[in-house]
Amino acid sequence: MKEELEKRIVKGPDGIEFEVEPLRDYYCEAAPTVMPQAYSKIIEGFFNWARAESLWILGFGTGCGAIEMRPLMTPRFDAYRYGVQWRPTPRQSNLFIISGYLSVKTLKRAIRSYEQMQNPKYVIGLGSCTINGGMYWDSYNTIKCLDDYLPVDLYIAGCMPRPEALLAGFEELKKLIRAGKAEGANQYAENFEWYKANQKKVILDWDMPDYNW
Amino acid sequence: MRELLESLTTPYSLTDPVEQRPDLAFVTAGRGQLRPLLMHLRDKEGFTHLVILTAVDWLEEGEFQLTYLLSDRTHGRDIGVRVMIPRDEATMESIHDIWPTAATYQRELREMFGIDFPGSTRLNEDFILEGWADIPPYRRDFDTLKYADETYKQRPGRETRDPAQHMKEQLYPDGK
Repeated sequence: MKEELEKRIVKGPDGIEFEVEPLRDYYCEAAPTVMPQAYSKIIEGFFNWARAESLWILGFGTGCGAIEMRPLMTPRFDAYRYGVQWRPTPRQSNLFIISGYLSVKTLKRAIRSYEQMQNPKYVIGLGSCTINGGMYWDSYNTIKCLDDYLPVDLYIAGCMPRPEALLAGFEELKKLIRAGKAEGANQYAENFEWYKANQKKVILDWDMPDYNW
Repeated sequence: MRELLESLTTPYSLTDPVEQRPDLAFVTAGRGQLRPLLMHLRDKEGFTHLVILTAVDWLEEGEFQLTYLLSDRTHGRDIGVRVMIPRDEATMESIHDIWPTAATYQRELREMFGIDFPGSTRLNEDFILEGWADIPPYRRDFDTLKYADETYKQRPGRETRDPAQHMKEQLYPDGK
C-alpha cells in the first residue's frame, strides 16, 4: 500500500487536526451499476442521437497513436466539424481512445481514468497493438488483448491508422451508438468481477481501490 | 580528439581507445579510475554534459559493460567511457553527485539490469516496472518471449510471416 493511501492524522490550515482515510474518504466503495434504458424507446433513441453527436475525447495518449490526434484536432483534419472534441479531464469526456500499445504501467492509469469517466462512455482501441499486441507481441511489459481489461466498443486497425481512418471510426461509432449497440459501460458493470480479475492478473502492485470514482 | 586520448591514456591507464569519428571516441577505464577520469573530463576538458549512462550485458563473459557518454558542447565532441564490472551481484560506484541526472539512469539500470549503485537517490523506487518480481528484464538470461506468452493472453488467429518471403510471393506469384 502506498504511503499516500494510508490512514493518517492531518492538520488543517485552521490548526484543527482530523483523521483522513484516503481509501474511504477519497474513493467510492460502490461498484459501477448498469445504466437502465430510458422509459420509452423513442426517448432512448433521442438520447442515443444526442450522445452520438457529442463525442468528447479524453486527452490521454497512451502510445505512439497519440501523435495521430494532433493533426486530427488541428485544422488539417479538423475533427471538431464532426462534433468531436478533446477534453482535459476524465470527468468531462465520454470517449476514451486507447491510442496504441498499452504497457502495464499505463494500463493502470488507463483503468483509473476510464472509471472516473461518467456514463455513458465509450472506448475505441486504436491500432494493431490494442488488438493483438502488434509489433509488441513478445514484449515483457505490454498487454496484447485490450478487451480483457476494458470494454472496447470499436477497434480501428492499422499501424498506425491515418487520421482519416479515425474520422471513419468516429462515424462508425456514431452509427453504433445510434443503434444502441455501444453498451461498453454496461458490459463493464455487468462483468465487473471478470474485468477486475483480468486487470489484477497483470497489474502486480495493485495499490488502489477496486473502483476509482 | 587524438591528442586528448593520448594525454589521458597514461595517467588513467585507459585501454582500447577507439576513435569512431573525428568527434567521437570510446575508451575503457578501470573501475577505480572512473571517478577521477570523469572529474578530469568535466572540469578540465569541458565535457560538461552526461548524455547517457547505459549498460550492455555480456552474458558469456560474465560481465556488464557500463558506458558513460559525455559531450563537450563547446568543441562539438563526445567521448564514451566504458567500464566493465562483474555480472554477479553487480555494483558500481554512483556518480549522481557529479551529474544529478545520473540518478535517473542509475535507477533505470537498477530496475532493468539489476545493477546496484549504493547511495544514489531514489534508487530502489519503481521506475517503469511496478511490482516486478522476476529477474530484471534486460538481462540476457531473461526469456522475454516465454514471459510474454505466460503472462499476457494472446488473441487467437494471429499470423506471423517472414516479410521477405511474403513480398516475394506477392510480387512474383509464379515463383520466378
